[in-house]
Amino acid sequence: MAQSTVEQLDDVTIRFAGDSGDGMQLTGTQFTHTSAIFGNDISTLPDFPAEIRAPQGTLYGVSSFQLHFGSSEINTPGDAFDVLVAMNAAALKVNLSGLRSGGMVIANAEGFNRKNLRLAGYENNPLEDSTLENYKVFVVDVSRLTARALADSGLSSKEVERTKNFFALGMLYWLYGRPLEPTIRWTAEKFAKAPEIADANVLALKAGWNYGETTEIFHVRYEVEPAKLAPGRYRNISGNLALAFGIVAAGRQSGLDVFLGSYPITPASDILHFLARLKHFGVKTFQAEDEIAAVTSAIGAAFGGALAVTSTSGPGLSLKSEAIGLAVMTELPLIVIDVQRAGPSTGMPTKVEQADLFQALYGRNSEAPVIVLAPATPAECFDIAIEAARLAVRTRTPVFILSDNYVANGTEPWLLPDIETLPQIDPDFAKPGEDFAPYKRDPQTLARPWALPGTPGLEHRIGGLEKEDVSGNVSYDPLNHEKMVRLRAEKIDRLAEELPELKVEGDQDGDVLLVGWGSSYGAIREAMLRQRRIGRRVGHAHLRTLNPLPRNLGDLLQKFDHVIVPELNDGQLVNILRSKYLTPALRLTKIQGLPFREQEIEQKVNEVLSGESHDDKQESAVQSERMNGHE
Amino acid sequence: MNDILAQAAAAPSNGEVKYTLKDFKSDQDVRWCPGCGDYAILAQMQKIMPDLGIPREKVVFISGIGCSSRFPYYMDTYGFHSIHGRAPALATGLKIARPDLSVWVITGDGDGLSIGGNHLIHLMRRNVDLNVLLFNNEIYGLTKGQYSPTSAAGLVTKSTPLGSLDQPFNPLSLVLGAEATFVARTMDRDLPHLNSTLRRAAEHRGTSFIEIYQNCIVFNDGVFEEFTDKSTRPDTSLYLDHGRPMLYGANKEKGIRLNGLKAESISLENGQNSIDDVTVFDEGDRAMAFVLSRMDSAPGLPRAFGVLLQEERPRYEDQLNDQVEEARRRKGNGDLQALLDSGDVWEVGSDAANS
Ligand code: SF4
Repeated sequence: MAQSTVEQLDDVTIRFAGDSGDGMQLTGTQFTHTSAIFGNDISTLPDFPAEIRAPQGTLYGVSSFQLHFGSSEINTPGDAFDVLVAMNAAALKVNLSGLRSGGMVIANAEGFNRKNLRLAGYENNPLEDSTLENYKVFVVDVSRLTARALADSGLSSKEVERTKNFFALGMLYWLYGRPLEPTIRWTAEKFAKAPEIADANVLALKAGWNYGETTEIFHVRYEVEPAKLAPGRYRNISGNLALAFGIVAAGRQSGLDVFLGSYPITPASDILHFLARLKHFGVKTFQAEDEIAAVTSAIGAAFGGALAVTSTSGPGLSLKSEAIGLAVMTELPLIVIDVQRAGPSTGMPTKVEQADLFQALYGRNSEAPVIVLAPATPAECFDIAIEAARLAVRTRTPVFILSDNYVANGTEPWLLPDIETLPQIDPDFAKPGEDFAPYKRDPQTLARPWALPGTPGLEHRIGGLEKEDVSGNVSYDPLNHEKMVRLRAEKIDRLAEELPELKVEGDQDGDVLLVGWGSSYGAIREAMLRQRRIGRRVGHAHLRTLNPLPRNLGDLLQKFDHVIVPELNDGQLVNILRSKYLTPALRLTKIQGLPFREQEIEQKVNEVLSGESHDDKQESAVQSERMNGHE
Repeated sequence: MNDILAQAAAAPSNGEVKYTLKDFKSDQDVRWCPGCGDYAILAQMQKIMPDLGIPREKVVFISGIGCSSRFPYYMDTYGFHSIHGRAPALATGLKIARPDLSVWVITGDGDGLSIGGNHLIHLMRRNVDLNVLLFNNEIYGLTKGQYSPTSAAGLVTKSTPLGSLDQPFNPLSLVLGAEATFVARTMDRDLPHLNSTLRRAAEHRGTSFIEIYQNCIVFNDGVFEEFTDKSTRPDTSLYLDHGRPMLYGANKEKGIRLNGLKAESISLENGQNSIDDVTVFDEGDRAMAFVLSRMDSAPGLPRAFGVLLQEERPRYEDQLNDQVEEARRRKGNGDLQALLDSGDVWEVGSDAANS
């Protein structure tokens, strides 16, 4: 038996990388699940190729799964990773730059044969030359060891080969002291119909564990204590699944049947897939002939009294623009989910970006305001979906949910809510016999009545032509038009009065306020926490509502010497803040199809506080403008 | 389910309310050009409505953009004047959400076949129970006279000063190819035929498609005159009647014989043919309907009017409802808490210790 020492760690980041066919997503998910049950806090990030079946061994066929787990709060999937599991040479080549210096490479020897080296573009075997001299390298002949462990299984060599990821998983379980039981249980369920495959996977898993236990290759084992999560029941959840669940919950809370009109598009399709499986909740999903039919069918369903939803990604949203204007004009409740991806045009469909903010806010002809919400984390998508439904129904206005690739596919532990505590949503339909006019507004919310076809006496016509106030008749009257434009905006602006104020995390005043939105929450929060640990007075304000903006935002911006706005775009929110609050907020932009690393944010804070920040022209322009304005 | 929604969506109790034509006229002034064919279509629609036995509040008219798309404003029912070309998609969503409603789609040759062509063909194959009235005037009226996808090739318009280069669509052939289950053609100038065709469409369960020749008096006056004018109509128009030989001419002295896949006109007066030589029309025969639709571009043959095809096929919204019911039978009514708790759930104790 190997004599290994045990080292305690607060947190660890692992990246499993291999060929698309190597089962890296499954391996990562299993490690995540087991660590969650063990009690760690976790954040994950899958990264898979856009090609459905990329050729084996190639660089563009590499699929990876990164997870970050720890004994205290985990906010991001991790910047640089501590461990890279490379099942082949291409996986090493693609991912090595993300491994921290001194980190660990666990390589599958078979994946570095001559063919694999050639496909990855290595002239020499990097496991043997100086490529990896800054890292701890462990070469394990996973394929051969797995084959030996399963010699008596009676399975074909191809089937045996497919269990090698479980051998690797077993090794990692040993290395980090994880229990095997959760994966063994999962395997039995998953392969209930093929017990021989289940047995083979368990054998491979145990063989991997035993390999760690009996050989002397690893000298150190690591322990990562459970985190102190709030008590309760948890599951891991991705943003797309949480959105689907939230939509179903909103249907229940409103007493409305859910209608989803959608057209397949990466990375939003899973929402359609998930909801299509939930028909027993009365959910009707309609895969339309195109994006336009997807949204217009939803508008038709809303007219009929459904909780109407359409889901898409950036380019699809562009196609829906005109119809969303129709929903604004006809003042019908509609939820529009945009899982943003890198653009413009087709862009990089599997990569993250937050560049649809302007499109959501302004991407329609004329003045067509909508409510815009953005979830910060995967689990938060559940609450955001319910809130979107509540606001759509309350104001009879389209509500956008700006998710993104990172929130949609990333996962985190979710403290399961008790459904009895969810808010009620009252559709407040117009009643037969009531004093009715199609555009007679509720004095408080300014919402118009939602009068359902089938209700006797409320027959009326609506449409995209401008309406006369109250009567809803077609009107070209100049003053009426101006009034209606302002009413449609006012309806949304008024919400700010009843929505909660924005709370700043960290310091409430001081050196730097980091203002963010959407999925960069984790990286910004982590940067804020670390800066405070070194004595900086830093706050973090994260917007979940981008229209209307929280009523106290203007005041918050004044409480800090500097405001930095990190965004995965070319500076959209920062522009809004500058123009609305005339504040010299600083840009921190990244447009690489990748999420922020927390270090990038810390670095910006450091630069700003040391006076080294290289203000671009715009920033100095805004600053001098502001100074002039103050004089 | 919400109470008001449940009441609105309940099946109507039959025959309680008796309507007259006036009940379907809205208080809005009709704004089409004087002499426009749209007036006749509106009048016939208002005329048949009381007889359909459908409560007024269950009727919805949905349109896109164009002259014809003003139609919903003039019907005192529920109505939705949507955006260009999208009425079929909007109506599909409404009908899926509310199968209890009688939904009518009003569109034109530009709206339905150009900008909205994709929605139209997909509606046909899905067979959602909607009635589509395509007002064909072979021109863009509302935008003041550009050629449309049904305009004859070579037509000189503002946007085609040297003549249009487009081969026009044959709307009937198009929807027959798109798996429509009810395909008909009628005209604004033959009121009884228009009336009976609308009724047939209302009766059909599934998507009903009617092409209506509609005269645009301002931009394309008289384009259908040879088919609609009483003096020439007998020789240019073939009125179809299921189970009857296909006869036309002032004295029904001519007939259509299908010779394989070819339609030919035969005379019953030259002593060579008898009525037995004339093909009997079968409205359940898609191939025959297609051949008859192709007579439009065959010189010397009449145009077919009436119901070219009627066939029963399951409706989209019924099948979707069946799936919902089936899912409920198998899995029980959805239980939200159970759904959230599904998957791999673990417990964190109050001491936050390893469970
Ligand atoms: S332009 Fe033509 S189609 Fe339009 S209303 Fe006038 S006559 Fe009718």
